[in-house]
Amino acid sequence: MTSLPVAAEDPRDAMPDHIPSLRAFAISLTRNVSEADDLVQETILKAWSNIDKFTVGTDMRAWLFTILRNTFFSSKRKTRREVSDTDGAHAATMFEKPHHDGRLAFTDFSRAFDKLSPEHREVLVLVGANGYSYEEAAQMMGVAVGTAKSRANRARARLCELLGMAEGEDILAEQSGATLAVMGRSGFQAA
Amino acid sequence: MEHMSGDNQKSSLRKDIDENLKRVYEDALKEEVPDRFKLLLEQLKAKEGKK
Repeated sequence: MTSLPVAAEDPRDAMPDHIPSLRAFAISLTRNVSEADDLVQETILKAWSNIDKFTVGTDMRAWLFTILRNTFFSSKRKTRREVSDTDGAHAATMFEKPHHDGRLAFTDFSRAFDKLSPEHREVLVLVGANGYSYEEAAQMMGVAVGTAKSRANRARARLCELLGMAEGEDILAEQSGATLAVMGRSGFQAA
Repeated sequence: MEHMSGDNQKSSLRKDIDENLKRVYEDALKEEVPDRFKLLLEQLKAKEGKK
């Protein structure tokens, strides 16, 4: 009796606003625009018919991201496309050493990013580019918070390795509480 | 506070990585979104209205 044929506040009305960021996330995962578009299409259809599973008032973008990444990784498992980065060692030799001042050149960075596994790209895009907390990212990825953190650390170390920065592992390993305070980050274990 | 201690170098590299990550994402965001998604949503909404 309360539900009219056209509800005044259908949460799906907000979906068009999220399409650009959803697509950017898809491109970040697939590194291929046409594959990304198919993924966005599938995500829209799933989200539309499962809107009853969305909790009104929560972050719709995060909900859509979750559907998209689940769709992506489950189809990856099905097709059993190569997930391992066997060309990583070879790739490392393709990159120039970072500049003397330590700044990363964006073209090199972009190529290194392409070489990461989708799992590594995912965590870095969620946390590093989108600014989600580890807690939020972990929830979206369906893993424990500690797993999300260590995955992000490994992904950063891998990036440095690909960029020919041998000290990458050292630099990005878990840091002391004092350093973390300086960095303004919280939640890391001081080990 | 501005001189480069080892820790500052570490955190500046992390910042550098995050800035590059943002740029990768923003580049993807700049890609023009095809109309098919807007049309798809309109179609879904129209179909819903008929029920």
